[in-house]
Amino acid sequence: MKKARKIPLSGLAAVLSLGLMALAGGQAVGFDAPEEVTLDQMADLYEPVEFDHAAHIELTEENCAVCHHHTTGETPVQARCLHCHATPQPAESVACADCHPQNRYAASYLRAMTAAPYRYHTDIVGLKGAYHRLCLACHQEEGAPTGCQECHARTERGDRRFHAGAYAPAQRPQAAHH
Amino acid sequence: MKKVSRRSLLKAGLAGGVAAGLAGRPASARATASFGGYPESMGVLVDLTRCIGCRSCEAACNAEQHLPEPDLPFDDTSVFEEKRRTTERAYTVVNRYETPAAEHPLYRKIQCNHCNEPACLSSCFVNAYRKTPEGAVIYDPTVCVGCRTCMVACPFYVPAYAYSSATNPVIKKCIFCYDTRLRYGRPPACVEACPQEALTFGRRQDLIKMGHERIRNHPGRYVDHIYGETEVGGTAWMYLSSVPFDQVGFDTDLGTAPIISYVKEFLTIVPMVLTIWPALFVGFHLLATRKENARDKEKKS
Repeated sequence: MKKARKIPLSGLAAVLSLGLMALAGGQAVGFDAPEEVTLDQMADLYEPVEFDHAAHIELTEENCAVCHHHTTGETPVQARCLHCHATPQPAESVACADCHPQNRYAASYLRAMTAAPYRYHTDIVGLKGAYHRLCLACHQEEGAPTGCQECHARTERGDRRFHAGAYAPAQRPQAAHH
Repeated sequence: MKKVSRRSLLKAGLAGGVAAGLAGRPASARATASFGGYPESMGVLVDLTRCIGCRSCEAACNAEQHLPEPDLPFDDTSVFEEKRRTTERAYTVVNRYETPAAEHPLYRKIQCNHCNEPACLSSCFVNAYRKTPEGAVIYDPTVCVGCRTCMVACPFYVPAYAYSSATNPVIKKCIFCYDTRLRYGRPPACVEACPQEALTFGRRQDLIKMGHERIRNHPGRYVDHIYGETEVGGTAWMYLSSVPFDQVGFDTDLGTAPIISYVKEFLTIVPMVLTIWPALFVGFHLLATRKENARDKEKKS
């Protein structure tokens, strides 16, 4: 991954409901920002994550753009974004889920992405992808935890899915060479 | 009457057969190089720069396809110590590659690439395979006779064989989750499970544009090629990589012609041989033996 940005440990300021964060334009960082956000997109296989939003605001030195791109009105960190968002206005919503769809592959969404002839952002990652790609990239750079279960423990269903934990396969003789 | 030798008879039969076979077909049909794939085919773009080797896709595939229990849990990374292939028990596997060009190891998911013009389909003499308009290459296991020709034909070594079954050994491979998902417009289970969105599901045509845009928008991140856009006539599953494709286990010598193009000319003759030759030779035989028959009749009368 190219290091276009050099930032201290940061994570994803994830806001699942718009109501959590009715941010007015240009206001000081962290005012209405939630202290904690519960990420429970994959609650069937993994326990929900209590994301410490406040701690990550500190870690990013109050630069919301590290995670929120141009939506908070700050200058984006990626050079590529500056072509259009050099002097951004705060967006109506800064919630991840309002741009990164939960159902990324719904037929209606796929159609909407490609039907509009002049649309630029046609390759937006879904919500789950946005979390993981942003969180993990930073966690890798900064030496923060990167193991799947270091952020979210698997549920019993998850263990069954992965054939792990209580559902681990019995050691077979032919598997011994692994 | 000129004596008909065995050699000249065969020659005439072959020439006649070829002429008859070609006569009825317009020139354009013969010139058609390839089918090029269904326009509305769906596909998946696999971005190697995003994959972290978590094996969630393998676990999801196992559950979705009701595959047998694995030897090791799906969160066990010791499987990366060897290069694995797809088997009757795992329709998709992820392999790890340490490459000189990249700091981090790269992971590559393998599954059926769902070719536009599948070699397995071309090679199957019982027509067990079908390419659906949605892009999946599916097969009917009740028709499969277990000849394994498709295993030989596949340029990606994907179809696996149920060697474990003594009574009904058939071919096993990824079907793009056609039965349970794709036919209803939903992405396959592996795509939905991928936390990194290393797998992007969409219309194949859109994915090709998307892939080229990613390459353009991230200078230096990718090799300027989408593997599967043109390989063997194009595949529904395609790949982006940050290192040359041959360093991460891809065969880069497959060419752009569909496998069927190598055998098309031969295969067009097969039905001719089967349908025209018998009739032709029966005719020859009757002609050649007419005198004898007449003589026999005279003798009798």
